[in-house]
Amino acid sequence: MAGKSKHEFRANTLPAIITVGPVALIMLLLVAAPLMYVGVMSFCSIDEYYNVTHDLTLGNYVRLANTDYLKIYVQSLLIAFITTILCILIGYPFSYIIARSKSRFKRIFYMLVIIPFWTNSLIRIYGWRSFLGTNGWLNSSLVSLGIVSEPIDFLYKNGTTILGMVYCLIPFMILPLYTAIEKLDGTLLEASADLGAKPVSTFFTVILPLTSSGIFSGSLMVFIPCLGYFFVADILGGGNSDVIGNLIERQFQSGNNWPLGAALSIILIIVTLVLVKAYQKLGGDMDALGV
Amino acid sequence: MKNKGFRVIFCSIVYIFLFLPISVIVVNSFNATTTKPYMSWKGFTLDWYVKLWDNSSLLEAFSNTMIIAIVSTVLATVIGTLGAIGMYRYKFKGKGLIDGLLYIPVVIPEIVLGISLLTIFANVNIPRGMLTLILAHVTFCIPFVIFNVRARLSGYDNSIEEASLDLGANRVRTFFEVTLPILAPGIFGGALLAFTLSIDDVIISYFVYGQTKTYPLKVMESVKSGVSPDVNALSTIILIATILFVVLTQGSLFKKKDRRI
Amino acid sequence: MGKIVEIEGVNKIYGSNKVVRDLNLTVDEGEFLTLLGSSGCGKTTTLRMIAGFEEPTTGTIKVEGEKVEDKEPFERNVNTVFQSYALFPHMTIFNNIAYGLRMKKVPKDEIKERVLKMMELVQLGGFEKRYPSQLSGGQRQRVAIARALINKPKVLLLDEPLGALDLKLRKQMQLELKRLQKKLNITFIYVTHDQEEALTMSDRIAVMHDGVIDQLATPSEIYEHPKTRFVATFIGETNIYDGCITRIKDGVATITLENGEVSVKCPEDFKLLEYATISVRPEKMKFSKEKVDGFGLVAQVKDYVYVGSVLKCIVILPNGNELRIERLAGQELPEIGSKCYPYWNVEDAVLIHNESHYIFEALNSIQLA
Repeated sequence: MAGKSKHEFRANTLPAIITVGPVALIMLLLVAAPLMYVGVMSFCSIDEYYNVTHDLTLGNYVRLANTDYLKIYVQSLLIAFITTILCILIGYPFSYIIARSKSRFKRIFYMLVIIPFWTNSLIRIYGWRSFLGTNGWLNSSLVSLGIVSEPIDFLYKNGTTILGMVYCLIPFMILPLYTAIEKLDGTLLEASADLGAKPVSTFFTVILPLTSSGIFSGSLMVFIPCLGYFFVADILGGGNSDVIGNLIERQFQSGNNWPLGAALSIILIIVTLVLVKAYQKLGGDMDALGV
Repeated sequence: MKNKGFRVIFCSIVYIFLFLPISVIVVNSFNATTTKPYMSWKGFTLDWYVKLWDNSSLLEAFSNTMIIAIVSTVLATVIGTLGAIGMYRYKFKGKGLIDGLLYIPVVIPEIVLGISLLTIFANVNIPRGMLTLILAHVTFCIPFVIFNVRARLSGYDNSIEEASLDLGANRVRTFFEVTLPILAPGIFGGALLAFTLSIDDVIISYFVYGQTKTYPLKVMESVKSGVSPDVNALSTIILIATILFVVLTQGSLFKKKDRRI
Repeated sequence: MGKIVEIEGVNKIYGSNKVVRDLNLTVDEGEFLTLLGSSGCGKTTTLRMIAGFEEPTTGTIKVEGEKVEDKEPFERNVNTVFQSYALFPHMTIFNNIAYGLRMKKVPKDEIKERVLKMMELVQLGGFEKRYPSQLSGGQRQRVAIARALINKPKVLLLDEPLGALDLKLRKQMQLELKRLQKKLNITFIYVTHDQEEALTMSDRIAVMHDGVIDQLATPSEIYEHPKTRFVATFIGETNIYDGCITRIKDGVATITLENGEVSVKCPEDFKLLEYATISVRPEKMKFSKEKVDGFGLVAQVKDYVYVGSVLKCIVILPNGNELRIERLAGQELPEIGSKCYPYWNVEDAVLIHNESHYIFEALNSIQLA
């Protein structure tokens, strides 16, 4: 393409540079470069003052195989898995009911899902802590109703961490499901019934396959963040139910082992890549994740 | 799911689940207790709404959050909108790479993005503070703007712009007269999402804030010792403000459909 | 009549794909010229090069004697009616039509006056405040035309403007467009793949095929005297025979086909032993129960199809080729399955130079004969 013409320049090259240039710059400098640098850092060492030195080593990756860490990977994946399943079990029927509702308040029902998420997530998680704590609302009610004599310690368990995760992440399940279910053509359900399918088989043969895209993208958007949401595990789990995010966060507090944290991050990157690949294999649309 | 009773009960339980912690916060903002962890009910008071105005560090954190959210929303919206249009329309080398990079901030755990920005800012010696916070927020907001605008672009008829050129408008004029108004709903949706994400962000900010504390970070700091009720008061005010904002801006959407498109 | 658009030696190449090849075309002022061809023939690309949306790879385009290749679409005094109409969805009908005038900074009062007048002209009075989505297909079409015409372009380019309308509306709009064109005396360059539409509306038709203009002529010339095999088959129904000129006598050529000999009036530029194609319109075909002098074709009657005023007969040649013959209804006809001898008046058939890729077929026919 030697000697691009004036027309080509004005109609294509110049507008392309003006429009895509800034995005490209930010994506390259603030996404690609930092991630590559994390990759490099995961092979670096630290000196006695915890400064990163460029003596290359595989030591960080060897340390990742530490049994304490392995326990937390498993625990983190388990928490993420249970959270995802719970989000589907709660989110699917809920989305189905509001998406197929004929009420004129349908949009309000939808907005009511989003409104809680305009309050800061930390505050909301803290709200759960206040509710579940030994002198929180739940325990005071249980005690005053005489159901229990002593306050129950609900906090600092895997279950409370999962509760917090479900709470934080369920909109990422509900919203794509709502979109997928709302798009569902009602006549298909009638056709299925007309052809003799009972409601249960209509659900499994028509509704579920047609809304599976929503389940897939929802699951991806719930499962992956779940591995990193260290503050939920901190506030509700109190160190008893750490996720991979907690391990990374600790290494990046000042005066700690950044290269080790970088290596831990690589694990998260790999898990993410694998899941995204699986999502694409299942026919998932990447653009559906960000809208 | 024919059974109406089941549907109502099930949905009510989910809504209670969603609103429970918020009601705890709202109620506690009126709690007269003065002892940590500010949980047991000691009667109704509006004191915290008054005391809030004396808590200068909390107010500063809140104003930081607003500044960062507004600046990064504007930047991400402008850059993202232009980018979405450019990527939709023009052919250039490296398009696939940029496209791929855009998905990263959306799917990757926020903590990875946070520490990667931290390491690069530390490496090139950019002092952490307002600037790094804004850079970080712009970075993770851009893809969401782009995907929203892109959704609007699919099915967009390029000949509409050619028609504008044909009728004597130059490229810049065409952009403002035709392209922008048609994409407006997508741009607005993207901007709203960007603003929401920015205001709420804890994890990425946590790694790049330096001395500039945002409101979520301020909350994070006090979580261990017990969040004081003036924070609850501020949260309640924000909640009411956002609900009002939605009712005012989206209120019309409840009634009529956009008849134009 | 002056020349309004001159296209000289224009090529448009995308990578290795030559979309338009060595195009030369002159359009006269006030003319209704149609670019006719199937999809991918380069007709829309040609139109878009005149409008300025595409740039010729080589060659020049002049409008009113002035080169325009370096001019942006908004600097050219031509306007386009798009296939999809391309109405601005966010603007009222009034604002859609006023757009061009607004860009030219015409005073507001004048814009209002001219827009309202134009809306009357295209029978859209009273629709000012509506949005495009509130109009029917035909009404949108009128808005698209009004929006272009209000700028008083030297040339109006129309890219399959009636393609999205149903048949009845299309017929009606064809006449209306023609009326507008005559009334405003604006040059129309019209792109379509619908040969009937082209024949109805145009002063001249340029039939395009594989990026080349096969023939540029009046509708009747194109129909009666197609220059190429493509033009003959693309416009109207026809019967095609490939063969070799084996005798020329008294201006009549004898052509040897696979299925026998036939006779055709022979223009002077055809030579003995040349491979040629014959095109005979169904309404010019005849058949008889006895052998006709100069014609050696024998066929079998396969079917009759009644289509109102005429009867279409389908007869089949020994090699399996079907011929279409039109007869006025009510005439006596051979029975289905019976033998018949197709023929025509020698002056009713058109002889066409054979294009290289048909030579093989022609050679085959000689051998078989």
